[in-house]
Amino acid sequence: MISPTRIRKEKAFKFIATVATWTSVLILIVLLTHILSEGWRWLDWQFMDSFPSRFPEKAGLKAGIFGSIWLMALTASISIPIGVFAGLFLEEYGIKGIIGKIIEVNMANLAGVPSIVYGLLGLTVFVRYFGFDRSLLSGALTLSLLIMPVIVVATRESIRAVPNSIRFGAYAMGARKHHVVFGQVLPVALPGIMTGVILALSRAIGETAPLIIVGAVSYISFIPEGIMDEFTVMPLQIYNWAGRPQADFHQLAAAGIIVLVSVMLVMNFVAVLIRHKMQKRYRF
Amino acid sequence: MNIETVLSAKNVNIWYGEKHAIRNISLDIYKNHVTAIIGPSGCGKSTLLRSFNRMNDFVETLKQKGGIFFEGNNLLEADPIEVRTRIGMVFQRPNPFPKSIFNNITWGPKIHGYTGDLEQLVEESLKGAALWDEVKDRLNDSALELSGGQQQRLCIARTIAMKPEIILMDEPCSALDPKSTIRVEDLITDLKKDYTIIIVTHNMQQASRVSDYTAFFYEGKMVEFGQTDKIFTAPKEKKTEDYITGRFG
Amino acid sequence: MIDRKTRVTIIGISIKLVFGVCAFLGILTTIGIIFVLGNEGFQFFRQVPIWDFLTGTEWTPLLEPKSFGVLPLVVGTLQVTIGAGIIAMPLGLLCAVYLSVYAGKKRRNTLKPILEVLSGIPTIVYGFFALTFITPILQKIIPNTEIFNAASGAIVVAIMILPMIASLCDDAFRAIPRSVKDGAFAIGATTNEVVMGIMIPYSLSRILAAFILALSRAIGETMAVTLASGSNPQLTLSPLKSIQTMTAYIVQVSLGDTQAGGIEYLTCFAVGLLLFVMTFMMNLLGQIILTKFRVKSL
Repeated sequence: MISPTRIRKEKAFKFIATVATWTSVLILIVLLTHILSEGWRWLDWQFMDSFPSRFPEKAGLKAGIFGSIWLMALTASISIPIGVFAGLFLEEYGIKGIIGKIIEVNMANLAGVPSIVYGLLGLTVFVRYFGFDRSLLSGALTLSLLIMPVIVVATRESIRAVPNSIRFGAYAMGARKHHVVFGQVLPVALPGIMTGVILALSRAIGETAPLIIVGAVSYISFIPEGIMDEFTVMPLQIYNWAGRPQADFHQLAAAGIIVLVSVMLVMNFVAVLIRHKMQKRYRF
Repeated sequence: MNIETVLSAKNVNIWYGEKHAIRNISLDIYKNHVTAIIGPSGCGKSTLLRSFNRMNDFVETLKQKGGIFFEGNNLLEADPIEVRTRIGMVFQRPNPFPKSIFNNITWGPKIHGYTGDLEQLVEESLKGAALWDEVKDRLNDSALELSGGQQQRLCIARTIAMKPEIILMDEPCSALDPKSTIRVEDLITDLKKDYTIIIVTHNMQQASRVSDYTAFFYEGKMVEFGQTDKIFTAPKEKKTEDYITGRFG
Repeated sequence: MIDRKTRVTIIGISIKLVFGVCAFLGILTTIGIIFVLGNEGFQFFRQVPIWDFLTGTEWTPLLEPKSFGVLPLVVGTLQVTIGAGIIAMPLGLLCAVYLSVYAGKKRRNTLKPILEVLSGIPTIVYGFFALTFITPILQKIIPNTEIFNAASGAIVVAIMILPMIASLCDDAFRAIPRSVKDGAFAIGATTNEVVMGIMIPYSLSRILAAFILALSRAIGETMAVTLASGSNPQLTLSPLKSIQTMTAYIVQVSLGDTQAGGIEYLTCFAVGLLLFVMTFMMNLLGQIILTKFRVKSL
């Protein structure tokens, strides 16, 4: 027989755990409604199609939108091959012993380095040492270093999920390692890798601090035309507006956030979709 | 039928770390015949089979000594890629590639630079594996949609597509139902016209049904080797007799 | 002419080489970070004694008279971090408990993505939320709260690290073998007794590691605290006053026009070095706890 005190205790505990969890859901809802209610009025074509301005009614996100698109395209094309190749190397080729261990621990630690520190690295190496200046290229290289560990981890996890029987089947036909890797392992692991890559990019698109350090500017009134151009990004424009005292600019910031978060949510949704499809397809 | 030795193991020893898994085994494999390796689990039969196409290379702690001679060369010292191209393998569990049926067959030849007619190769191979009639209308479907027995025959077909000299089979029916097992066994009998087959099995009936020669392994040693009907009707060794009459195993 | 076999071998080797270089880039990044921070930091400490830097209580590198005592920034950072930890650690752990023992499969499948979204929202958004939503509420409750204040930063950073704690603790709970839990249930323990008596003690090391990793992330957090807590480096323990964190200082300098190589510029790297050392130590500790006790939890 369970004593009433124990039952009461159990009920109270369950109640607290439930409340704690649903509070976080509530926070998300409050956050989203707050931003929507602040920003929706400013969200129109003129907002999407204007450059920054001292007058809130004339100000827009255009430079940020194009800057973010450029930056993401560039970051993706740098970080995806490097991250995926590094993941393939660690998982399929792997080096044993102390060096392998160092690479391993190093990746885990890199993932925990604050993004602003990557900014300082980018500033010194890309902006100043390589002389790329405050360009899209500097920003993209910095962000690539930042998200590489995430892509590596995602790649390794998806590769580990590929059954060994497939590898052995391929080797038994006289396949070489790179045939097995590109012909068998990569195609199976690809959906998982894509999920990880999209999530990593959705993190990168919201990054602000490292870009401030490498010199992205918030007040820019042109669209970048090449990788050596100066640029701004959506989060930076949002930061600039949010930092001003006028309520109108706060609402502009909220409108910018709506755009930014929508993009991020769509990316997350696509990632979940791919993951879902993958789980259905590959059952061994 | 005249008998020609195609593969010849000489004093092969294999260790897993400290464990001496294969003890000084010498064995001749005859061309266009089926040789069965039988024995209780853990007797080393699969280990030896895997050394025939260097799949043991993937076991890190493994050490092997001796010679396995194939066309005059010791294949333990040859290029493993070359070895595996000419000596194919069918695994215990069907492991088709997660690709279409068509691509399962063509993948191997393609990576080896095959330039012939792929459609013809697929048809030939599938016919050779007695699978053509069942799948000819859905060659572009995923191989994973096939039944277990069909998948195993597909694995045999993709091995045939490589035109190997020898096909190794590691308990190819252990994951199949009885009906599929019979189909694969019939297939093995057909295949020996063109190929030399070495099959590892713990199923003695299967060995007696499909093989011409049988080697009985026990605790890493080869106890007896001879024509299958002789081994099963009049074994020389007491151990063999005990095993095939079911006293242990 | 080279034959096919040689060609394929060369391709194989070059692929391995390219892959290896990519993997090595990770090491290079670490070396780069250490070298850059160390080198510029060294330049800084040639002008400002390290002891003065670490123990000074005045941080006015951009004003005359210049003073380079980093303590106000460290205290500001710790205020936000500890505050966030106090809120997020119990809440995150409770979330994990709910997810792994109380929520059914269906609710779990709804909650998990929500937590993922929560952790994926850009930090700038959290900063905005703190400034325009949390702070006004705080000001209503305690009228003398400043517009920029440590408390608001702490709350919003807590929201940010909560999903991470919940998710890592949930993983830890799920790694407990069924038999362990079943054994406790089989002798008639209630769920909370199993959680408190079996599950939490069993995964203590992983929970601890989750806390440490989350706190390290809170230390490195930048944009949310820059917007929420301001840029006023004063040494105070009051959570209602404006402060400046280490990260916020680096942002402040970067947004201004500082000359490369000047002492103001170098302060960024000195502060960055301190930040890196702090987070690196915590991450390392977290990793060590994780690997050291992994055997136990299997």
